[in-house]
Amino acid sequence: MGQPTVDEVANAMFDLVKATHGKKNLKAMDLTKAMIEKFGADAVDKKLCKLAIRQLIDSGRCIYSYFGGSFITLPPENEGGG
Amino acid sequence: MSEKKRATPLLDELKKGPWPSFVREIEKSAETNAMARDTLGQVERSYEDKISHWKHGGLVGVMGYGGGIIGRYSDLPEEYPEVAAFHTYRVNQPSGWFYTSDILRTLCDIWERHGSGLTNMHGSTGDIIFLGSKTEELEPCFRDLTEHGFDLGGSGSDVRTPSACVGPARCEWACYDTLDACNDITHTYQDELHRPAFPYKFKFKFSGCPNDCVASIARSDMSVIGVWKDNIQIDQEKVREYAANGTDIEHEVCQMCPTQCMAWDGTKLTIDNANCVKCMHCINVMPKALRPGKERGATILIGAKAPIIGGALLATVFVPFLEMKPPYDDIKELAEAIWDFWGEYGKNRERVGEFIQRVGLGNFLEEIGLDPIPEMVAHPRTNPYIFFEDELEEEEDA
Ligand code: SF4
Ligand code: SF4
Repeated sequence: MGQPTVDEVANAMFDLVKATHGKKNLKAMDLTKAMIEKFGADAVDKKLCKLAIRQLIDSGRCIYSYFGGSFITLPPENEGGG
Repeated sequence: MSEKKRATPLLDELKKGPWPSFVREIEKSAETNAMARDTLGQVERSYEDKISHWKHGGLVGVMGYGGGIIGRYSDLPEEYPEVAAFHTYRVNQPSGWFYTSDILRTLCDIWERHGSGLTNMHGSTGDIIFLGSKTEELEPCFRDLTEHGFDLGGSGSDVRTPSACVGPARCEWACYDTLDACNDITHTYQDELHRPAFPYKFKFKFSGCPNDCVASIARSDMSVIGVWKDNIQIDQEKVREYAANGTDIEHEVCQMCPTQCMAWDGTKLTIDNANCVKCMHCINVMPKALRPGKERGATILIGAKAPIIGGALLATVFVPFLEMKPPYDDIKELAEAIWDFWGEYGKNRERVGEFIQRVGLGNFLEEIGLDPIPEMVAHPRTNPYIFFEDELEEEEDA
């Protein structure tokens, strides 16, 4: 697999947040580790994941939440979508 | 809207006595602000019920930011509708807390436009705290703040707003420019400050000398404390003046020196500087006669925290002496190496100090690429963690 773009990583992260919504709280590092596992350590690194998380948050598709730690989750209006 | 002033007999107790009272201050705001009125009502109710009626956390923030706003709600929203949502802003304070009166008025005006008008100057991390915003006012208030040059500080699992003592702006003991270092680190790590990506909070605190006026050794994950390498500067004439004016130099200075490295023969003070642990005691007692040395920089300590989940931890020396010159690359390199390792293996809500205890200081140093040296002490002359492999091997061979 070639190196994915920031958008592709952000999309994969979004899918993961959606799939685990309500079941598991994910931190930025959980998303990063999951992407490294999915795409391979040669294809994505922490820097690329950081950019993807920024894209995810700045686009409004995900937000940060705080429940005894900071997590990345769906905004309230999307909560039913997972 | 709750128009009436409620009876608050328990809070009234806190107005007694000669000292300032937060109740009196909230009452002043309550004359014109309904949120402040309901705050009084709810706090009185909490004292009656002996339980907090605030709930924290949740999904509040401003677009793009994961820190700087702490969600707070009343669990009695019908009774106190004006404080049903009562979120807290952390606003990044200027380095060393320097303001003009004009900018203080501007901050207060912004806050009266958008929230309860109640502030806490400052929070324990150092931020300007705005207490009590409704959810719909979060974005407008943030816009107003940024238009006036302010930004939010940290909260949650991110770099918390760095803070610094007044340093060289007002204090002759400053061994480096705390204000500049704090400002530089704050600007460099905007991303880490606003976008939580760590297992838990990470605090930088900058003190200009070992007096440590921002308590960095006890409260920050990376503590940067000004220090000198050479000899304490002594003005013998001034020492004699102190003696003539009644300072008992033998008892008040020499005998209080933690390493007993000072001697006073009635006319001359001598210091065995190799044994000085830079505690500042003698300098604090005779500020006109003694000064820190001329070769100045900072010691970097890692891993302090106040007690929240586990007990309190004091920081451990990692870098005994560092020249503190912009762009502070050494500090940044160290911080980033720590974040890399702790970020990957730290547990949720595990501070760096606790993480070090779990993985062991030796392993931690190896992973972040620092060689152990004898000066990495937990406190002077105490180095409880590091095993020198060569020595162990020698012992085994013996
Ligand atoms: S820590 Fe030292 S330099 Fe900073 S204000 Fe206190 S005494 Fe002065
Ligand atoms: S700074 Fe402290 S340790 Fe050093 S000479 Fe003075 S009293 Fe002694």
